[in-house]
Amino acid sequence: MSPMQNAVPAPAPKNKTIEITNLNFFYGKTQSLTNVNMDIHEKQVTAFIGPSGCGKSTLLRTLNRMYDLYPGQRAEGQIMYRGRNILDPGQDVNMLRAKVGMVFQKPTPFPMSVYENIAFGVRLYEDLSKGEMDERVEWALKKAAIWGEVKDKLNKSGLSLSGGQQQRLCIARCVAVKPDVLLLDEPTSALDPISTAKVEELISELKQDYTITIVTHNMQQAARCSDYTAYMYLGELVEFGETDQIFMNPARKETQDYITGRFG
Amino acid sequence: MKHAVINPVYRKRLLRHRIGIFLSVAAMLVGLVFLLWILSTLLINGFSGLSLNLFIHDTPAPGTEGGGIRNAILGSLMIVGLATFVSTPIGILAGVYLAEYGEENKFAQVTRFVTDIMLSAPSIVLGMFVWAMYVDVAKHYSGYAGSIALSLIAVPVVVRTTDNMLRLVPNSLLEAAFALGAPRWKVATMVRLKAVRSGVITGVLLAVARITGETAPLLYTALNNQFFSADMNAPLANLPVVILQFAMSPYDDWRELAWAAALLLTFSVLMLNILSRTVFSQKTPN
Repeated sequence: MSPMQNAVPAPAPKNKTIEITNLNFFYGKTQSLTNVNMDIHEKQVTAFIGPSGCGKSTLLRTLNRMYDLYPGQRAEGQIMYRGRNILDPGQDVNMLRAKVGMVFQKPTPFPMSVYENIAFGVRLYEDLSKGEMDERVEWALKKAAIWGEVKDKLNKSGLSLSGGQQQRLCIARCVAVKPDVLLLDEPTSALDPISTAKVEELISELKQDYTITIVTHNMQQAARCSDYTAYMYLGELVEFGETDQIFMNPARKETQDYITGRFG
Repeated sequence: MKHAVINPVYRKRLLRHRIGIFLSVAAMLVGLVFLLWILSTLLINGFSGLSLNLFIHDTPAPGTEGGGIRNAILGSLMIVGLATFVSTPIGILAGVYLAEYGEENKFAQVTRFVTDIMLSAPSIVLGMFVWAMYVDVAKHYSGYAGSIALSLIAVPVVVRTTDNMLRLVPNSLLEAAFALGAPRWKVATMVRLKAVRSGVITGVLLAVARITGETAPLLYTALNNQFFSADMNAPLANLPVVILQFAMSPYDDWRELAWAAALLLTFSVLMLNILSRTVFSQKTPN
């Protein structure tokens, strides 16, 4: 192992969509992120890995200011997104969330038809005709690779679909509003292996149009799907670099221990 | 083939289980016996009085033959109808407010507390309140006063059920809506309220069932009217007060009418309850 390889790897010069600088996060008095610095690159998949409670979901939830819903949670530092600090109190969080979409661990279809599930988000920011909306719904469902399975049940309740279908419906719902960034919070942890494979396949396709960040407990998933990987532990970013680098030749021993399963 | 239970821990637990089941069934039977007793008494005494006359004649004058309760049925429908029409939107909106702001806002917490007190307030007190505040000022009893009194009973019921149902909606569903950039009022109405729609409707129906049988508040407000009247601004006949008056009367045919009216009232309330529990039965969200 040459000393050069041990140096912090300089990510390839790609466009940065999000730049996180000196990010600290607090749940009340408890600090759960300490001094996180990292960049998220355009049209790449960035995976956050680490043991439970390490702060990876927290980090993800700062990127669309989801934590804002809960009094007592606050973030300090800077998250630059397309030239603006989104932690700025003046940032309109609804506009931010329309651009930075999120898919959750548990499928969360709304209590409405499949069609309305997709149209709900679109209507928030766009005034489309019936025909345009039909097209958008079809487009989003195709993007999420679920059109074939639901095209005959667009008027059925979203809750009537299987778990894997529900999750892809949620991805379609997120894609339908044409966001810029997709935040995926353990999107496959509640799914069976076949549905998981479908969602993973989807991630690599969506990456052509979107910047994606994914939180995962599944190391193989991070290795398979992502271009960059961040290993976090106890609220700190231990190591961040290209996925191949992190998995084949991590610079830090802690990273290697976690990846090889000696810890965690 | 029966196996003897040997394990002493399991045997003890089995005994406790059997005692528990026995007590629950016994309690259920006590409740059921009285319910069936009431219903069968009503049926036996009221069934003979059930006839078309009930619906086409008004309450009879003392000493006259026959008669029905047409005016009381109409009056009850009008008073309860108006009370439902007023209290449903108020109750649902207040319930949404409590569910949305109840955790973070002192005013909402006080409102929730007051609603709980109102829920258990004796209905006669609410009747007296409306009498003092409205009837005594307007100098006459009226159907409107009756509706106000019944609304005061119905609103807390609707508020409580709406609030309770909304708080069952998991945070994950709300977060999903917020994650699309939806503003709070849209999340509250289009996702959260919609998720528990049938539960809220059940709450409204139960409130209607509750006020349909209320007597005390109407004694102070709508009073009664022997004649056919659809004037909400005047004393109005209604089933509960007619039942009270006729049941206490010395005339046999009045008492028979009271039984028939009681039967009609009880079964309408029963139907409302059954309707709310079947047609609008709630699938709990996620």
